[in-house]
Amino acid sequence: MADTLLSLQGLTKIYPGVIANDDVTFDIGRGEIHALLGENGAGKSTLVKMIYGLNAPDKGQMLLDGAPYKPSKPSEARQAGIAMVFQHFSLFDALDVAENVALGMETPPPMSDLARQIREVSETYGLPLDPTRTVGTLSAGERQRVEIIRCLLQNPRLLIMDEPTSVLTPQEVEILFETLRKLKAEGTSILYISHKLEEIRALCDTATILRLGKKVATCTPAETSARQLAEMMVGASFATPEAKGGKTGEVLLAVNELSLPAPGAFGTPLREVSFEVRAGEVLGIGGVAGNGQDELLAALSGERMAPAGSIILEGKDISRAGPVARRDLGVLSGPEERLGHAAAPDMSLVENGVLTAARREGMLKNGFISWGKARQFAEEVIGHFDVRTPGPGTAARALSGGNLQKFVVGREILQGPRVLVLNQPTWGVDAAAAAFIRQSILDLAAKGGAVVVISQDLDELMEVSDRFGALNEGRLSPTRPVASLDIEQIGLMMGGAHDMEVAHVDE
Amino acid sequence: MMDLSSINPILLVASIMVSATPILLAAIGEMVVEKSGVLNLGVEGMMITGAVVGFAVAVNSTSPALGFVAAALASALLALSFGLLTQFLLSNQVATGLGLTLVGLGLSSLIGKPYEGMKSPTLPKLDIPLLSDLPVVGRMLFSHDLMVYFSLALVVAVWAFLKHTRAGLILRAVGESHDSAHALGYKVVMIRLMAILFGGACAGLGGAYLSLVRVPQWTEGMTAGAGWIALAIVVFASWRPGRVAIGAYLFGGVTVLQLNLQAAGAAVPVALLSASPYLVTILVLVIISARGAHAAPASLGRPFHASS
Repeated sequence: MADTLLSLQGLTKIYPGVIANDDVTFDIGRGEIHALLGENGAGKSTLVKMIYGLNAPDKGQMLLDGAPYKPSKPSEARQAGIAMVFQHFSLFDALDVAENVALGMETPPPMSDLARQIREVSETYGLPLDPTRTVGTLSAGERQRVEIIRCLLQNPRLLIMDEPTSVLTPQEVEILFETLRKLKAEGTSILYISHKLEEIRALCDTATILRLGKKVATCTPAETSARQLAEMMVGASFATPEAKGGKTGEVLLAVNELSLPAPGAFGTPLREVSFEVRAGEVLGIGGVAGNGQDELLAALSGERMAPAGSIILEGKDISRAGPVARRDLGVLSGPEERLGHAAAPDMSLVENGVLTAARREGMLKNGFISWGKARQFAEEVIGHFDVRTPGPGTAARALSGGNLQKFVVGREILQGPRVLVLNQPTWGVDAAAAAFIRQSILDLAAKGGAVVVISQDLDELMEVSDRFGALNEGRLSPTRPVASLDIEQIGLMMGGAHDMEVAHVDE
Repeated sequence: MMDLSSINPILLVASIMVSATPILLAAIGEMVVEKSGVLNLGVEGMMITGAVVGFAVAVNSTSPALGFVAAALASALLALSFGLLTQFLLSNQVATGLGLTLVGLGLSSLIGKPYEGMKSPTLPKLDIPLLSDLPVVGRMLFSHDLMVYFSLALVVAVWAFLKHTRAGLILRAVGESHDSAHALGYKVVMIRLMAILFGGACAGLGGAYLSLVRVPQWTEGMTAGAGWIALAIVVFASWRPGRVAIGAYLFGGVTVLQLNLQAAGAAVPVALLSASPYLVTILVLVIISARGAHAAPASLGRPFHASS
């Protein structure tokens, strides 16, 4: 094909124990937005790392403009005109925007010229950004702009974007899509990695679907239904959570004007956060990352003390109670970071069970741990929540993200909490496991528990929540019934309003 | 009563500069190491190794310059062992650094045994035309040996390197987030190894300055905690070259001043006077760093392995 930019032919990458990519072949055309679709662990990242020179393929070859292309390091890929925007941003918090951009360039101009160029590119593509800002103070959307501008300054022929919208508000997603369409019109090819089907149908010309390291199909997403795409991606059907709609009871947890100073240099203060959760109800809290989610979880779990009178459980002030006291009263929590916060990475599942469940599940006798009971509890969690692991003695670190998440969420739910607070319960978890975790949240509410779900995944919040509120710079919007909201209103609640006018500049 | 008139202000300032130089050299080197994200607690061991090797080579070759070069190489070699252990074999940085100090102290007393009580050739004082002839200021600031000015120039050079050069930016980036730097294709381990070697060489020069100029002879354990003070200065100086220089001169200043006060018979317990440089330095730097950002490199002391 004359208009093929990059051709992948039989790429295979084998890691000890797994074949990450197995004979993957497809072409990316010039000026094409090509989607790479697949679940976690399907081999998308491995494939992209080979194109970007971070890994070398074990078999197969790549042709760029018909000539063999074998990058041994990212700088060679960049010289060949291939740029990449990373999923977990490859940025440096303590450095400013211009320095971050310079680090991603082969031959950066002097800093003063670079600042000017950054301003020019950011205006051309509608991505407002101040080159002197420290990156640690930027929102997720702005951080992504840094990455994109870093790539654009090198006039790439192929731009790789790894899950670019997972942390953006709907308005920010619109801005991004405008930028990508503009690039496409200029002849730049884009390899767009995602598992969000509607997005791909709206944006991409072609889609290649990977499952378990193998290419399943290449198709035109606009002519394929989301359901077909999902089936190709998952390879099997999975249960979608049942509809909610139980009765709600009395208020279990009430938060009144909770304010807390920022915990560190790059943290967010909480400002007069107020809400109530009733028995049998799920409250969804949305918002772009870094707007106070972690801080809210810490205040509710008791990791940080709150001012007296600000957190009330069934009429009792628990603001000054620590995590252990709150657990005894039935307020349990699951933080976002699985390894290191929700679970101790090098400890076994049994030990990790003891860490939060010892007192509620009666594993303690005169200060000694009853390991028999602890093991029994861990096995119960593994059985109930379908955690795939060789056994309860396995270290938490050895589990895949989805399985560990099922374990840490299951561990809290099995303790029968009065109030459960979860932050990003399905982050980085495959679709089947995510559906399972959501169903367990709904089941807990149906049994009369109150659940607070903090998440950046709006689809998830729409699926499980009865009411919705959004965090923006540490403030919580008034909470409203989900049934009365559409995606546009939610976007405005999330506080993307200052980005809206930009979205229309280039229409 | 003490007799303050016995303290000559010209000699006082001059000896402050001499006293601060070894700590300044070691601290500026360690600062670069920590900026790259590595915590090397072996400064004391590298300093004393530099002191003994520098002394031995200078005595045998009768060239103090050769002594300094050998001291830098020997300490860099010691630092290389730390680098190989922590960067390639992923040993714990704190434990390895402490081990390095113990090795250095032991090794130095072994090498130094035959040299105890000897005198070494020392560095000549520079005679800078015009400046050295200035009244008062000339003898205070402009009649020192080369290493005093070298250490100050090194502070400026490190500052300019970190702030204005691309290599310096990459070094800071590696210390900030080694995962991001690796994703962009920078060789994290090699960059850190270079920084570790530089830090070792600086500590070696500092040690050699003690045994060749400041004292100038070899005694076992002669660094007497100077390496630890250098480490503390880096932290309290919030990893900024200018503040490292202030810290080192403050420590050197109070050290010399308290010696003078002891000699003048001040009515303060000797133990308190001897402890005063440590107390004053830490107190002042704590006050400086209590305001504003502390800016520790975010990856400081964290092991890196390019496994993902």
